[in-house]
Amino acid sequence: MRGRALAGFAAAGLALSAVPFFGLPAFYESFLYLVLHWIVLAVSWNILSGYSGYFSFGHGAFFGAGMYTTATLATKAGVPFLWTLPAAGLVAAVFGVALGAVVFRLPRLRGELFALLTLAVTFVLATIVLNTSIDGGPGLVLSAVPLPAIGPSPSSTFYLLGLALALATLWIAREIQRSKLGTGLFAIHDDEDVAEVLGVPTYRYKLAAFGVSCGLAGIAGGIQAMFVSYVTVGETFSIAVPLYVVLMSVLGGSRHWFGPAVGAAVVTALLYAFTAGDYAVAGRAAVGLILILVILFLPEGIFGQAVRALERRRVSAAPAIDAADPPAPSAATPGKAEGKTLLEARGLSKAFRGVQALAEVDLEVRRGEILGLVGPNGSGKSTLINLVSGHFRPDSGRILFEGRDLAALQAHRIARTGLARTYQIPRPFAHLSVLENVALPAMFGRDALPRGEAGHEARRWLAFTGLAAKAMSLPGELNLHQRKFLELARALASRPGLLLLDEVFSGLTHAEIDDAIRLIRAIRAQGATIVFVEHVIRAVMELTDRIVVLSYGRVIAEGDPRAVMREPDVVAAYLGKPHA
Amino acid sequence: MALPSLTLLGQSLLSGIFIGALYGLLGLGLSLSWGMLRQINLAHFALAFLGAYLTYQLAGAGMDPLATLAVIVPCFFALGALMHWLLARFSVSAFNSLLVTFGLTAIIEALIQWIWTADFRRMESAYGEVKFRVGGLYVALPELLTLAMALALSLAAWAWLRHTYTGKAMRAIAEDAPIAAAFGVDVRGLSLLLSGLCAAFAGVAGLCLALSYTLAPGQIYAWLGVVFAAVMLGGLGNPLGPLVAGIVIGVSEALTMAFTAPAWAPLVSFSLLIVVLLARPGRI
Repeated sequence: MRGRALAGFAAAGLALSAVPFFGLPAFYESFLYLVLHWIVLAVSWNILSGYSGYFSFGHGAFFGAGMYTTATLATKAGVPFLWTLPAAGLVAAVFGVALGAVVFRLPRLRGELFALLTLAVTFVLATIVLNTSIDGGPGLVLSAVPLPAIGPSPSSTFYLLGLALALATLWIAREIQRSKLGTGLFAIHDDEDVAEVLGVPTYRYKLAAFGVSCGLAGIAGGIQAMFVSYVTVGETFSIAVPLYVVLMSVLGGSRHWFGPAVGAAVVTALLYAFTAGDYAVAGRAAVGLILILVILFLPEGIFGQAVRALERRRVSAAPAIDAADPPAPSAATPGKAEGKTLLEARGLSKAFRGVQALAEVDLEVRRGEILGLVGPNGSGKSTLINLVSGHFRPDSGRILFEGRDLAALQAHRIARTGLARTYQIPRPFAHLSVLENVALPAMFGRDALPRGEAGHEARRWLAFTGLAAKAMSLPGELNLHQRKFLELARALASRPGLLLLDEVFSGLTHAEIDDAIRLIRAIRAQGATIVFVEHVIRAVMELTDRIVVLSYGRVIAEGDPRAVMREPDVVAAYLGKPHA
Repeated sequence: MALPSLTLLGQSLLSGIFIGALYGLLGLGLSLSWGMLRQINLAHFALAFLGAYLTYQLAGAGMDPLATLAVIVPCFFALGALMHWLLARFSVSAFNSLLVTFGLTAIIEALIQWIWTADFRRMESAYGEVKFRVGGLYVALPELLTLAMALALSLAAWAWLRHTYTGKAMRAIAEDAPIAAAFGVDVRGLSLLLSGLCAAFAGVAGLCLALSYTLAPGQIYAWLGVVFAAVMLGGLGNPLGPLVAGIVIGVSEALTMAFTAPAWAPLVSFSLLIVVLLARPGRI
């Protein structure tokens, strides 16, 4: 697959690099260069912003950083033009990573805030460049810098440079989309917290994508500096770059590596038609209007819409998935050291603004058991799961899992130690298919399966949970019962040593509960250890080996389910104290 | 580093307060529509500049600049309500509202450039000449007017949201619109009212811009970073927040200019924002 694509890229490159030798007028070559230039900017922007949903309005800043790097090095330090390009890319990438290192660290930085901060950065950078010796006001002139003769003429040289960079950018964008990094970024787009809990190193991934995206924009800026040969702050750090790249990606379709390239070609041609007719101002208004119309009426973009339609046809033509695939073996080996402590919490406390959700909780989970965690609403059960899975950090206390303290680990590292959880209200990745939803934890869990194998693993768990027929559906097309099972399949696919189930049964009908109980028995039979938060007492009684009762953040009872549920304290916690 | 004289320091403090008032005035509508209606209206700046150009045009035709408000405020109110109706009609998400208004900004900018060209425009008015001398310090009337309007509008918005039934209903909508609707609050009507008001605030800010500043279409984006910083620092949906944060930013900028070089002033708001975000991330 990759070999064929590589051959395709090489063939396209060869064919397109022959263009200058047909003796086209320089004017056409320059136009084609501009198309390629915008393809690089739009496709590179899409790597972070389209895939992960963090829209950067600061692409102009990184593009400008590249422009000024090349201009400064070439005019003031006498560095040959081609050598300035890696430097331009590097400066822009470092700048982007430094900004990202601050901005992405904010725990709840929403997309809107990221967009505005990056937009502000553009103007801050413009101010610095304008007021320091980097520019100082008059701009930098590159006309004296020698241009290497790559093509037969200067305009063809720019065309060939643009072509090389555009192909490289498209290749990088394609490879990222098909890699673990890409899968992680698409998961971040839909639900960042869940992605992190399933093992995606969200901070590092966003930073890496941002760095690549900025670096490519920087190189494009370096070439553009030479192309325009006169670099000014006003032209460089304008609002045009972010406006156009956002439009191009949204117009073309931002969920596919090739979408922005389609958008870039269309918009550049459109703008060109306007400027050629002396209506530059009207052109900008038209771009604004198109942006509005596309968002209102064509949210997936031209290319995105086309790809979706194609996929639909292909899926309906595909044979039904073999549901008879045998259930998967679990990673946890049954019988091994049964009864020894797997997870141990000591003195665990967590408060939310004065509400003590958990106070000095001690808890032990033994290998191979099903431990029920019960208690009235607000007793701290879900908080406990959230602490163990790394969603929150405890205020104090330790959580030892196979001897490692989880309290100090980031959520994605906890997932890799072999711990998986489900959410009470299912939180599937809305834009990923059911199959992709389940394959993701297999790629990021303890065994870190490669993509192909993860898909295979996911199919087996889908068969196991009875969702095989829905593999290609989007989660939105499932009913509650199926979405709950999707949660289960997703947790199982990471082959966890310990499974935390948060109210799997809530909202299910009696028949569905019977189904779920059978399923959990089957999971158990493969030797998994399960902690089980539940209100449905029937399920608790049927499934658990031991229960722990929480009330107001404290453990009030623990032991054999039948005995514990009769203790007066437990009865009082559920039903209130009897008036005697 | 030479320490500036006391007069210079006083003057720069004063100018910091005045420019901060304009930040606050520009931020008021932005903050309310973001915080209460979940619409991030990037076009707020373009609207303010449209207001400024209209003031310039009407004043040029012989109208008193303050009297232009009688024309501009109702027009902008209608414009804001129309915009909200459109965004609500297509149920545009918070993030997409940013993109849609980005497109709208480009359209308004092109419109301004088409009508008034890209040249710098400066409104000539009787107000511009008036200066008061207090102690050793000078205060210009346009700046004083800006401060007065920013204070009046922010306080009025605060009082409205705090003490009237419609204001309280508005806050209920901001908390949870469907629940508010279930309790009989007219969500659609009040949302239209608020977005109309926000646009009208942009019109008033436009008047202040025209009184004190030279206008050019490209200037629309110059205010963006600082004002958004003031909005975020002040807390979304808090009617007094932008003014307070705006003055803090304005004064910090003025002091930065007095003690170092003017070139570094734009970094102030950005650094303040980053510091606050890092120190109190729950604030936004």
